[in-house]
Amino acid sequence: MSERARISFTRHGVLRGARASLPLWIGMVPFGLVIGLLADAKGLSFLETVLMSAIVYAGAAQLLALELWTDPAPVVAATIAAFVVNIRMAPMGAAMAPWLDKLRGWKLWGTLATLVDHSFALGIAEQRAGGRDAGYLLGVGAGLWVAWVVCVGVGHLGGSLVQVPPGHPLFFASVAAFISILVPLWRGPRVDLAPWVVAGLVAISAHRAGLPVPLPLLMGTFAGASLGAWLELRGRGVPR
Amino acid sequence: MELRGDVLLAILGMALVTYACRAGGYAVLRAVRPPPFAEAMLRHLPGCLFVAYCAPPLLAGALPAWLGALAVVLVQLFLRNIGVAICAGVAAVWAAQWALG
Repeated sequence: MSERARISFTRHGVLRGARASLPLWIGMVPFGLVIGLLADAKGLSFLETVLMSAIVYAGAAQLLALELWTDPAPVVAATIAAFVVNIRMAPMGAAMAPWLDKLRGWKLWGTLATLVDHSFALGIAEQRAGGRDAGYLLGVGAGLWVAWVVCVGVGHLGGSLVQVPPGHPLFFASVAAFISILVPLWRGPRVDLAPWVVAGLVAISAHRAGLPVPLPLLMGTFAGASLGAWLELRGRGVPR
Repeated sequence: MELRGDVLLAILGMALVTYACRAGGYAVLRAVRPPPFAEAMLRHLPGCLFVAYCAPPLLAGALPAWLGALAVVLVQLFLRNIGVAICAGVAAVWAAQWALG
Protein backbone atom coordinates (compact mmCIF):
# COMPACT_ATOMS: atom_id res chain seq x y z
CA MET A 1 0.00 0.00 0.00
CA SER A 2 1.48 3.31 -1.05
CA GLU A 3 0.31 5.64 1.71
CA ARG A 4 2.79 8.34 0.80
CA ALA A 5 1.67 8.48 -2.81
CA ARG A 6 -0.12 11.65 -3.86
CA ILE A 7 -3.79 11.68 -2.90
CA SER A 8 -6.17 13.57 -5.17
CA PHE A 9 -9.84 14.57 -5.03
CA THR A 10 -11.35 14.79 -8.50
CA ARG A 11 -14.81 15.03 -10.00
CA HIS A 12 -13.95 11.84 -11.85
CA GLY A 13 -13.34 10.08 -8.52
CA VAL A 14 -16.66 11.33 -7.10
CA LEU A 15 -18.54 10.11 -10.18
CA ARG A 16 -16.76 6.75 -10.10
CA GLY A 17 -17.76 6.37 -6.43
CA ALA A 18 -21.36 7.32 -7.21
CA ARG A 19 -21.43 4.68 -9.97
CA ALA A 20 -19.95 2.09 -7.59
CA SER A 21 -22.80 2.84 -5.16
CA LEU A 22 -25.51 1.98 -7.72
CA PRO A 23 -25.54 -1.81 -7.13
CA LEU A 24 -25.89 -1.17 -3.40
CA TRP A 25 -29.13 0.73 -3.96
CA ILE A 26 -30.88 -2.64 -4.25
CA GLY A 27 -29.75 -3.46 -0.72
CA MET A 28 -31.21 -0.18 0.60
CA VAL A 29 -34.66 -0.54 -0.94
CA PRO A 30 -36.26 -2.92 1.59
CA PHE A 31 -34.52 -1.24 4.55
CA GLY A 32 -35.53 2.24 3.38
CA LEU A 33 -39.11 1.14 2.75
CA VAL A 34 -39.31 -0.38 6.24
CA ILE A 35 -38.02 2.84 7.83
CA GLY A 36 -40.54 4.90 5.83
CA LEU A 37 -43.43 2.62 6.75
CA LEU A 38 -42.41 2.56 10.42
CA ALA A 39 -42.07 6.36 10.56
CA ASP A 40 -45.53 6.68 9.02
CA ALA A 41 -46.95 4.22 11.55
CA LYS A 42 -45.33 6.19 14.40
CA GLY A 43 -47.07 9.36 13.23
CA LEU A 44 -44.12 11.21 11.70
CA SER A 45 -45.05 13.46 8.77
CA PHE A 46 -43.47 13.04 5.31
CA LEU A 47 -41.33 16.13 5.90
CA GLU A 48 -40.13 14.90 9.31
CA THR A 49 -39.35 11.44 7.93
CA VAL A 50 -37.37 12.74 4.95
CA LEU A 51 -35.58 15.32 7.10
CA MET A 52 -34.49 12.61 9.53
CA SER A 53 -33.17 10.41 6.73
CA ALA A 54 -31.38 13.34 5.10
CA ILE A 55 -29.52 14.68 8.14
CA VAL A 56 -29.15 11.56 10.32
CA TYR A 57 -28.54 9.18 7.38
CA ALA A 58 -27.97 6.05 9.46
CA GLY A 59 -30.40 3.17 8.92
CA ALA A 60 -29.79 1.10 12.04
CA ALA A 61 -29.93 4.19 14.29
CA GLN A 62 -33.14 5.43 12.66
CA LEU A 63 -34.70 1.98 12.97
CA LEU A 64 -33.83 1.74 16.66
CA ALA A 65 -35.00 5.29 17.43
CA LEU A 66 -38.29 4.72 15.59
CA GLU A 67 -38.85 1.43 17.42
CA LEU A 68 -38.83 3.31 20.73
CA TRP A 69 -40.61 6.42 19.39
CA THR A 70 -43.33 7.93 21.59
CA ASP A 71 -45.62 10.93 21.54
CA PRO A 72 -44.30 13.54 22.37
CA ALA A 73 -41.04 12.72 20.60
CA PRO A 74 -38.43 11.02 22.85
CA VAL A 75 -35.66 13.61 22.38
CA VAL A 76 -33.19 12.13 24.88
CA ALA A 77 -33.86 8.44 24.10
CA ALA A 78 -33.61 8.97 20.34
CA THR A 79 -30.36 10.92 20.75
CA ILE A 80 -28.82 8.23 22.98
CA ALA A 81 -29.97 5.48 20.60
CA ALA A 82 -28.35 7.25 17.65
CA PHE A 83 -25.11 7.71 19.58
CA VAL A 84 -24.84 4.10 20.75
CA VAL A 85 -25.57 2.65 17.31
CA ASN A 86 -23.32 5.09 15.45
CA ILE A 87 -20.27 5.07 17.72
CA ARG A 88 -19.06 2.27 15.44
CA MET A 89 -18.47 4.96 12.80
CA ALA A 90 -15.84 6.76 14.91
CA PRO A 91 -12.93 4.48 13.87
CA MET A 92 -14.03 4.52 10.22
CA GLY A 93 -12.88 8.07 9.60
CA ALA A 94 -9.58 7.29 11.31
CA ALA A 95 -9.10 4.21 9.13
CA MET A 96 -9.63 6.38 6.05
CA ALA A 97 -6.99 8.85 7.30
CA PRO A 98 -4.53 8.14 4.43
CA TRP A 99 -7.10 9.82 2.17
CA LEU A 100 -8.84 12.23 4.55
CA ASP A 101 -5.61 13.75 5.90
CA LYS A 102 -5.00 15.28 2.48
CA LEU A 103 -8.40 17.01 2.35
CA ARG A 104 -9.45 20.41 3.71
CA GLY A 105 -12.70 22.32 4.24
CA TRP A 106 -15.95 21.03 2.79
CA LYS A 107 -14.20 18.17 1.02
CA LEU A 108 -13.08 16.78 4.39
CA TRP A 109 -16.12 17.59 6.56
CA GLY A 110 -18.59 16.87 3.75
CA THR A 111 -17.03 13.48 3.03
CA LEU A 112 -17.21 12.66 6.75
CA ALA A 113 -20.90 13.65 6.79
CA THR A 114 -21.67 10.99 4.16
CA LEU A 115 -19.61 8.22 5.77
CA VAL A 116 -21.64 5.01 6.19
CA ASP A 117 -20.86 1.29 6.50
CA HIS A 118 -21.08 0.66 2.77
CA SER A 119 -19.08 3.69 1.65
CA PHE A 120 -16.44 2.84 4.24
CA ALA A 121 -16.27 -0.77 3.03
CA LEU A 122 -15.97 0.23 -0.63
CA GLY A 123 -13.54 3.03 0.27
CA ILE A 124 -11.23 0.79 2.28
CA ALA A 125 -11.31 -1.83 -0.50
CA GLU A 126 -10.41 0.87 -3.04
CA GLN A 127 -7.67 2.19 -0.77
CA ARG A 128 -6.20 -1.30 -0.33
CA ALA A 129 -6.30 -1.78 -4.10
CA GLY A 130 -4.06 1.28 -4.39
CA GLY A 131 -6.74 3.89 -5.16
CA ARG A 132 -5.61 7.46 -4.55
CA ASP A 133 -8.68 9.50 -5.46
CA ALA A 134 -10.39 10.48 -2.18
CA GLY A 135 -13.39 11.76 -4.17
CA TYR A 136 -14.42 8.12 -4.51
CA LEU A 137 -15.44 7.98 -0.83
CA LEU A 138 -17.67 11.07 -1.13
CA GLY A 139 -19.14 9.69 -4.37
CA VAL A 140 -20.20 6.42 -2.78
CA GLY A 141 -21.56 8.15 0.34
CA ALA A 142 -23.48 10.82 -1.60
CA GLY A 143 -24.86 8.26 -4.08
CA LEU A 144 -26.17 6.10 -1.26
CA TRP A 145 -27.57 9.20 0.47
CA VAL A 146 -29.78 9.95 -2.53
CA ALA A 147 -30.99 6.33 -2.64
CA TRP A 148 -31.63 6.36 1.11
CA VAL A 149 -33.70 9.55 1.18
CA VAL A 150 -35.71 8.45 -1.87
CA CYS A 151 -36.41 4.93 -0.51
CA VAL A 152 -37.50 6.20 2.89
CA GLY A 153 -39.70 8.85 1.25
CA VAL A 154 -41.32 6.24 -1.00
CA GLY A 155 -41.81 3.95 2.01
CA HIS A 156 -43.59 6.74 3.88
CA LEU A 157 -45.79 7.58 0.88
CA GLY A 158 -46.51 3.91 0.28
CA GLY A 159 -47.93 3.64 3.78
CA SER A 160 -50.29 0.76 3.87
CA LEU A 161 -49.99 0.19 0.10
CA VAL A 162 -46.56 -1.43 0.26
CA GLN A 163 -46.82 -4.28 2.70
CA VAL A 164 -43.77 -6.50 2.87
CA PRO A 165 -44.38 -9.05 5.63
CA PRO A 166 -41.57 -9.80 8.11
CA GLY A 167 -39.37 -12.67 6.95
CA HIS A 168 -39.91 -11.84 3.27
CA PRO A 169 -36.88 -12.81 1.11
CA LEU A 170 -36.47 -9.12 0.13
CA PHE A 171 -35.17 -8.42 3.64
CA PHE A 172 -32.22 -10.68 2.85
CA ALA A 173 -30.99 -7.93 0.50
CA SER A 174 -29.31 -5.89 3.25
CA VAL A 175 -27.48 -8.94 4.65
CA ALA A 176 -26.55 -9.97 1.10
CA ALA A 177 -25.07 -6.51 0.53
CA PHE A 178 -22.79 -6.87 3.56
CA ILE A 179 -21.75 -10.42 2.59
CA SER A 180 -20.80 -9.35 -0.92
CA ILE A 181 -18.76 -6.51 0.58
CA LEU A 182 -16.96 -8.99 2.84
CA VAL A 183 -15.63 -10.99 -0.13
CA PRO A 184 -13.08 -8.38 -1.32
CA LEU A 185 -12.18 -7.56 2.32
CA TRP A 186 -10.91 -11.12 2.89
CA ARG A 187 -7.11 -11.03 3.17
CA GLY A 188 -6.63 -14.77 3.62
CA PRO A 189 -7.13 -17.30 6.45
CA ARG A 190 -3.90 -16.42 8.29
CA VAL A 191 -5.00 -12.82 8.83
CA ASP A 192 -8.80 -12.93 8.88
CA LEU A 193 -10.12 -16.41 9.71
CA ALA A 194 -9.81 -16.38 13.52
CA PRO A 195 -10.95 -12.73 13.98
CA TRP A 196 -13.97 -13.21 11.71
CA VAL A 197 -15.03 -16.47 13.41
CA VAL A 198 -14.74 -14.85 16.84
CA ALA A 199 -16.62 -11.73 15.70
CA GLY A 200 -19.48 -13.91 14.43
CA LEU A 201 -19.59 -16.20 17.48
CA VAL A 202 -19.52 -13.33 19.99
CA ALA A 203 -22.24 -11.46 18.08
CA ILE A 204 -24.42 -14.58 17.98
CA SER A 205 -23.85 -15.32 21.69
CA ALA A 206 -24.66 -11.75 22.70
CA HIS A 207 -27.73 -11.87 20.46
CA ARG A 208 -28.82 -15.18 22.04
CA ALA A 209 -28.26 -13.71 25.52
CA GLY A 210 -30.90 -11.15 24.64
CA LEU A 211 -28.61 -8.11 24.79
CA PRO A 212 -30.21 -4.99 23.24
CA VAL A 213 -29.71 -4.09 19.58
CA PRO A 214 -26.32 -2.46 19.03
CA LEU A 215 -24.47 -4.47 21.72
CA PRO A 216 -24.10 -7.83 19.89
CA LEU A 217 -22.71 -5.93 16.89
CA LEU A 218 -20.29 -3.87 18.98
CA MET A 219 -19.12 -6.78 21.15
CA GLY A 220 -18.56 -9.07 18.16
CA THR A 221 -16.72 -6.36 16.22
CA PHE A 222 -14.37 -5.43 19.03
CA ALA A 223 -13.74 -9.02 20.14
CA GLY A 224 -12.77 -10.04 16.59
CA ALA A 225 -10.71 -6.92 15.92
CA SER A 226 -8.88 -7.24 19.25
CA LEU A 227 -7.97 -10.84 18.47
CA GLY A 228 -6.83 -9.81 14.98
CA ALA A 229 -4.64 -7.04 16.40
CA TRP A 230 -3.18 -9.35 19.03
CA LEU A 231 -2.35 -12.04 16.47
CA GLU A 232 -0.82 -9.40 14.19
CA LEU A 233 1.38 -7.85 16.87
CA ARG A 234 2.78 -11.18 18.01
CA GLY A 235 4.04 -11.75 14.50
CA ARG A 236 1.45 -14.04 13.01
CA GLY A 237 -0.77 -12.94 10.17
CA VAL A 238 1.26 -10.18 8.56
CA PRO A 239 -1.02 -7.71 6.74
CA ARG A 240 -0.24 -6.46 3.30
CA MET B 1 -46.13 19.05 5.66
CA GLU B 2 -46.08 19.22 9.39
CA LEU B 3 -42.86 19.81 11.31
CA ARG B 4 -43.44 19.60 15.04
CA GLY B 5 -41.01 21.21 17.48
CA ASP B 6 -40.45 18.13 19.64
CA VAL B 7 -39.93 15.89 16.60
CA LEU B 8 -37.50 18.41 15.09
CA LEU B 9 -35.57 18.50 18.37
CA ALA B 10 -35.29 14.69 18.46
CA ILE B 11 -34.13 14.61 14.83
CA LEU B 12 -31.56 17.36 15.46
CA GLY B 13 -30.28 15.50 18.53
CA MET B 14 -29.85 12.32 16.50
CA ALA B 15 -28.16 14.19 13.64
CA LEU B 16 -25.78 15.99 16.00
CA VAL B 17 -24.48 12.89 17.80
CA THR B 18 -24.29 10.97 14.52
CA TYR B 19 -22.12 13.66 12.94
CA ALA B 20 -20.04 13.74 16.13
CA CYS B 21 -19.41 10.00 15.68
CA ARG B 22 -18.50 10.41 12.01
CA ALA B 23 -16.34 13.53 12.16
CA GLY B 24 -15.35 13.54 15.85
CA GLY B 25 -13.89 10.05 15.64
CA TYR B 26 -11.64 11.13 12.80
CA ALA B 27 -10.66 14.44 14.39
CA VAL B 28 -9.78 12.89 17.76
CA LEU B 29 -8.02 9.79 16.47
CA ARG B 30 -6.04 11.98 14.07
CA ALA B 31 -4.80 14.39 16.73
CA VAL B 32 -3.93 11.58 19.12
CA ARG B 33 -1.84 8.97 17.35
CA PRO B 34 -3.20 5.62 18.50
CA PRO B 35 -0.82 2.95 19.85
CA PRO B 36 0.18 0.07 17.49
CA PHE B 37 -2.45 -2.25 18.97
CA ALA B 38 -5.25 0.24 18.25
CA GLU B 39 -3.93 0.79 14.72
CA ALA B 40 -3.90 -2.97 14.10
CA MET B 41 -7.44 -3.13 15.48
CA LEU B 42 -8.61 -0.47 13.03
CA ARG B 43 -7.38 -2.62 10.15
CA HIS B 44 -9.47 -5.52 11.46
CA LEU B 45 -12.60 -3.49 12.27
CA PRO B 46 -14.34 -3.46 8.87
CA GLY B 47 -14.31 -7.22 8.26
CA CYS B 48 -15.27 -8.03 11.85
CA LEU B 49 -18.04 -5.39 11.84
CA PHE B 50 -19.78 -6.88 8.81
CA VAL B 51 -19.32 -10.47 10.04
CA ALA B 52 -20.83 -9.49 13.41
CA TYR B 53 -23.68 -7.75 11.56
CA CYS B 54 -24.46 -10.74 9.33
CA ALA B 55 -23.96 -13.64 11.76
CA PRO B 56 -27.17 -13.39 13.88
CA PRO B 57 -29.60 -12.96 10.93
CA LEU B 58 -27.81 -15.75 9.03
CA LEU B 59 -28.17 -18.12 11.96
CA ALA B 60 -31.82 -17.17 12.47
CA GLY B 61 -32.51 -17.55 8.74
CA ALA B 62 -31.43 -21.24 8.79
CA LEU B 63 -30.95 -23.18 5.55
CA PRO B 64 -32.53 -20.66 3.11
CA ALA B 65 -30.31 -17.85 4.47
CA TRP B 66 -27.19 -20.05 4.29
CA LEU B 67 -27.95 -20.97 0.69
CA GLY B 68 -28.52 -17.28 0.00
CA ALA B 69 -25.16 -16.41 1.58
CA LEU B 70 -23.44 -19.12 -0.47
CA ALA B 71 -25.00 -17.75 -3.66
CA VAL B 72 -23.82 -14.22 -2.78
CA VAL B 73 -20.22 -15.37 -2.13
CA LEU B 74 -20.03 -17.48 -5.30
CA VAL B 75 -21.43 -14.76 -7.55
CA GLN B 76 -19.21 -12.12 -5.96
CA LEU B 77 -16.12 -14.36 -6.35
CA PHE B 78 -16.73 -15.07 -10.02
CA LEU B 79 -18.45 -11.92 -11.29
CA ARG B 80 -17.21 -9.25 -8.83
CA ASN B 81 -20.58 -7.51 -9.13
CA ILE B 82 -22.35 -6.57 -5.89
CA GLY B 83 -25.72 -5.90 -7.54
CA VAL B 84 -25.85 -9.31 -9.23
CA ALA B 85 -24.62 -10.95 -6.01
CA ILE B 86 -27.42 -9.33 -3.97
CA CYS B 87 -30.07 -10.39 -6.50
CA ALA B 88 -28.66 -13.94 -6.59
CA GLY B 89 -28.79 -14.07 -2.78
CA VAL B 90 -32.40 -12.85 -2.58
CA ALA B 91 -33.40 -15.23 -5.40
CA ALA B 92 -31.72 -18.18 -3.64
CA VAL B 93 -33.49 -17.40 -0.35
CA TRP B 94 -36.80 -17.03 -2.18
CA ALA B 95 -36.32 -20.34 -4.04
CA ALA B 96 -35.20 -22.18 -0.92
CA GLN B 97 -38.15 -20.89 1.14
CA TRP B 98 -40.53 -21.92 -1.64
CA ALA B 99 -38.90 -25.34 -2.11
CA LEU B 100 -38.84 -26.07 1.62
CA GLY B 101 -42.43 -24.94 1.96
